[in-house]
Amino acid sequence: MHKEATIREPLVLGHKTYHQVTEDVCKPIEGKAPKTWYILFAIAAIIGVYGIGCILYLLGTGIGTWGLNKTINWAWDITNFVWWVGIGHAGTLISAVLLLFRQKWRMAINRSAEAMTIFAVFMAGIFPLIHMGRIWVAYWVMPLPNQFGSLWPNFNSPLLWDVFAISTYLSVSLVFWYIGLIPDFSTIRDRAKKPVAKKIYSMLSFGWSGRAKQWSRFETVSLVLAGLATPLVFSVHSIVSFDFATSVIPGWHTTIFPPYFVAGAVFSGFAMVQTLMLVMRKAYNLEAYIHTKHIEYMNIVIMATGSIVGTAYITELFISWYSGVEYESYAFFNRATGPYWWAYATMMTCNVLSPQLMWFKKLRTSLSFTFVIAIVVNIGMWFERFVIITTSLHRDYLPSSWSMFYPTHIDIGIFVGTIGLFFVFFLLFTRYFPVLALNEVKTILKSSGQSYKDGTAKTPAFSIEEQHLADVKVKPSITNETIVSSVQEETKTAPVQKAVDPITDPVIDPALAKIVTSLGSTDATKKDDLKELTGLDAALEDKLNKIGILTFSQIANINPTADLGLLTAYLGNAGSQANLLAWKLEAEEKLKNDNN
Amino acid sequence: MGSNVVFYAMYNDDDVLKDGAKKLVAKGVKVSEVFSPFPIHGLDPIIGLKETRLGIMAFIYGLTGLALALIGMRYIMITDWPMNIGGKPNFSFLENMLAFVPIIFELTVLFAAHAMVITYFLVNKTIPGMPAQNPDPRTTDDRFVMELRLSENSKFSEKELEEMLMETGIVELDLKHIK
Repeated sequence: MHKEATIREPLVLGHKTYHQVTEDVCKPIEGKAPKTWYILFAIAAIIGVYGIGCILYLLGTGIGTWGLNKTINWAWDITNFVWWVGIGHAGTLISAVLLLFRQKWRMAINRSAEAMTIFAVFMAGIFPLIHMGRIWVAYWVMPLPNQFGSLWPNFNSPLLWDVFAISTYLSVSLVFWYIGLIPDFSTIRDRAKKPVAKKIYSMLSFGWSGRAKQWSRFETVSLVLAGLATPLVFSVHSIVSFDFATSVIPGWHTTIFPPYFVAGAVFSGFAMVQTLMLVMRKAYNLEAYIHTKHIEYMNIVIMATGSIVGTAYITELFISWYSGVEYESYAFFNRATGPYWWAYATMMTCNVLSPQLMWFKKLRTSLSFTFVIAIVVNIGMWFERFVIITTSLHRDYLPSSWSMFYPTHIDIGIFVGTIGLFFVFFLLFTRYFPVLALNEVKTILKSSGQSYKDGTAKTPAFSIEEQHLADVKVKPSITNETIVSSVQEETKTAPVQKAVDPITDPVIDPALAKIVTSLGSTDATKKDDLKELTGLDAALEDKLNKIGILTFSQIANINPTADLGLLTAYLGNAGSQANLLAWKLEAEEKLKNDNN
Repeated sequence: MGSNVVFYAMYNDDDVLKDGAKKLVAKGVKVSEVFSPFPIHGLDPIIGLKETRLGIMAFIYGLTGLALALIGMRYIMITDWPMNIGGKPNFSFLENMLAFVPIIFELTVLFAAHAMVITYFLVNKTIPGMPAQNPDPRTTDDRFVMELRLSENSKFSEKELEEMLMETGIVELDLKHIK
């Protein structure tokens, strides 16, 4: 077992057993979907279907249905493409780069972040495909033998590099994601009660049995795939940036683009992960696995990459002036002060200023603030691409060709439609797939689980002697002797089971004692009847008294923002955060009545 | 009967299983398989599993991809149709190679990743439609099963093996007779 410094915050809050992890992750899949899920799904599906309608109209009528003109020949289409590809960077970054760096906090979020990546890249792929106009000949981008003689795609073109980069990225991410899903599907398969579900999940789990050799190969494959995917992540957005950087358009012709695009992609990707995670952890009761610390880590990534992006913006401005190239200087001067100044200002505020607020610990550990910033960053990053693409094009070399871009309802419909489709996919994923890499989380439970770090959980679950006496069952016994011995063991079971209860004789943890002292001192004479609080039974009262919590005033002093995980771990299920807070309010009420 | 008995010893903790395996192996018992819901780190050397060679295979597949990409680029862009850009046709592979680096890189990764994963599925026997072979459905949840075979431990009797297993902190023992 890998030991971790106690000073590191636990990654799994409260006391979780292996079985509890399985339960927590499988519950949303096995149970009925909540009403809100159906409502959200219906909304997403309607928007998605509208988007598909717009795409079909576009394919039937032509690219002219977009607001493009002779001067602005790329606008929302490529903006949306780059935006979606950027979002699609966080998932593989989390699972690959953080795996190489052995960051354990990735395990709670990598599964859904990867799902997000894959769906975002699907959405991104739509735009270049429909931009081809004749989508039915899209396969011409592949170097296939054809009837035109030596007609090959142009491998000198960054647009073709894009085809290879994105298809490689998509397929490798998909495979990486699925490799991790297989063992989790097998868990669901083995728990499934309904025959149809069992059948489907056993197909999906490919007959995974969890043999030692399989796990050993699993780990190697994950590691090698992470090693392969890491440069892949960086290559994809570098190549996307080449679409612009290798051209000679002022404003695009910039060598800083590859690193700046990659940082921007990670920035927007993490913002989208935050947006989804903050909702998902609540909706699926995964607060113990994805908690403030995870959100804070991601906010730090957002802050770091946001700062890189900000530095790149300023460098770009500086270089445009310093280069002395008139066209280049004008392009940037026009971005900031021309007719699209508002887009530029939005981009600057959302991407440069807002992530800097994350320097304050109070802000980056606030969940609602994070949610707002995540949305702001998503908007800002869309504007970044819009600014780069449209404002660089709209001032042609010939002033008579200067123009503006006005999106048509088809432009808007397709963009909004892809957001709808993205959520259709994501909602289906959260409904039928394990949203947490449950088998991976189990591997860090003992080193990073709160109760294990505090020492309140017993590891191993029972001592060997207890366990042996407790419930060893020899199933099909061969000789009579074993039957006799197992019967004898059964008779011993009852008293031993009691000794197994880990909390009968607690040694008070110093951290726990500290919480208790923070609640204020008291002496035994002032003891209140804590059983008056709803749901607090005699056994719990006994437990509370044992650690020195005797009065209502102490319970009223519980700080709702503090970490109550320790108390919960000590009290067991009944002492959940919700119950503790309910008791606190009740105790406050009681004290108020007493004073009157 | 007797020579082909399979013991499925169930544990509820990975560390207990690992310690147990260590003790058993020290006594000369061969552990033929372990089923667990997640990878138990450090178990492989105890039960005598060799390190997998998938990494080496991935490297070879990557080299294949690299070679194919180089050959393909050379044939398509230089030999078959030297594209004329600004009056400068692609006549030399070396001088034009830089433009093909992205493609060569992508194809290397593509081959290495997918071929390795296909190999992984084949050697693991995890293929759609394969039946699961874990002895107990709980081994994908929170139980750990160690499999011993009498035929592989011929120097011990059935009873000796059972007793040794009992000392390692098991929670359940299942015996299967196979013909």
